[in-house]
Amino acid sequence: MLESFLDRLQKVKTLGDLDGAILSLSDELNAEHMVYHSVGSGGKEYAVTTYHPIWVDQYLGNDYARIDPVVQACLRRFHPVDWKRLDWSGKATREFLHEAVDAGVGSQGFSIPIRGPSGQFALFSVSSRDSDEHWARYTQDYTRSLILASHYVNQKALEIENGTDQAEIASLSPRETDALTMLALGLSRAQAADSLSISEHTLRVYIESARFKLSAMNTTHAVARAMNQGLLRV
Amino acid sequence: MLRYVYADQLHQFPRLAQGMFRDRAVQFSARLGWEVSVDDDGNERDQYDDLNPLYILWERPDGTHGGSLRLLPTTGDTMLNDHFGHLTDGVTIQSPFIWECTRFCLAPGAEAHVSSALMLGVLELGLNAHLDHIVGVFDARMIRVYARVGWGPTVLGTEGEGRNAISAGLWPCDEGFRARLLSKAGISAEVSDHWYNRSFGTVAEQIGAVA
Repeated sequence: MLESFLDRLQKVKTLGDLDGAILSLSDELNAEHMVYHSVGSGGKEYAVTTYHPIWVDQYLGNDYARIDPVVQACLRRFHPVDWKRLDWSGKATREFLHEAVDAGVGSQGFSIPIRGPSGQFALFSVSSRDSDEHWARYTQDYTRSLILASHYVNQKALEIENGTDQAEIASLSPRETDALTMLALGLSRAQAADSLSISEHTLRVYIESARFKLSAMNTTHAVARAMNQGLLRV
Repeated sequence: MLRYVYADQLHQFPRLAQGMFRDRAVQFSARLGWEVSVDDDGNERDQYDDLNPLYILWERPDGTHGGSLRLLPTTGDTMLNDHFGHLTDGVTIQSPFIWECTRFCLAPGAEAHVSSALMLGVLELGLNAHLDHIVGVFDARMIRVYARVGWGPTVLGTEGEGRNAISAGLWPCDEGFRARLLSKAGISAEVSDHWYNRSFGTVAEQIGAVA
């Protein structure tokens, strides 16, 4: 899961490219609809969505962000939220929901608020017209991938916004490079931790931090990316 | 009872919130002598309280603060990465699957189960948010307390001596710790779920049904 999306994301240079990448992500993660909405530290906003343009215009025209429980409950927070946990009971909220459902948004949804550096935040949502049963299975299977993908989309959006090409080469600390090098040499986690004189949990966290900086899917992928970028001396 | 409250919701619990910031001043400034800033009203706050963190608070039956802690995602600014990088071998710990826990505080005379209940709250959040680990910055003497609640940290590094000793540590978010924390806190799984749902909303059958 996610591998081809992450390779595509790595080649993204402009916000236009990012639009395309997010659309391909919704295919890869079997999501009927997907929305990414970023609010930069300077208040600059950027959004990509698979919703019908008519719904987007209707939403913006009516300033529905004021009453949308997803926006109200998730923006500026950071725990993932199934839309079922939100309060849809108010009159205006129910009318908004009717319009959203009529526009094909679906009544199932899951949102991942993202907290970036220096006060940047974003919201990533998937939605669908699935049954409760299907949706429960979908979120069980896909939540971790959604969390990961949404954060990588956010990293890329920040990179484009900051106009830095340098960000492509993640800066790893010597300790993270050490950890990945040990794994690249074929050591097990236990052996790698032992030779670095750290606990296995500590090693896992160092590798996880390196994986995130390298926008990798898993440890193997992180090692491969670090190798390709010439970060490991093996 | 446990409450999970974001900073922008604290105004709904004025007594509890005030107790937390006062008790933090007592613990970190008066008792430990840390260089934290306490305002004229006796409240201890720092820059991370302005980032809309998520607090876990223990509310006593009379509505007062029994203990609390503060969580922030490591993808944003954290105390560990900003100030204690030397305790993690210089590694900037960043992942959507790792959150930071700081300002673990007990009210003076807090009941023995409060520590366990607060750590149970951390685990409940970790499991619900699909986290792998919690990293924390804490008074090194807390290691004993954490060990006693049955969910001790792996210590990444420590600086300073005695009451000035500050440690960074790591907690794995494994379902396996839940039963022990529930039992140490004297809380049933159902009650813990109820507290969680009360703060984060109950999973409704079908959103369409309320429409």
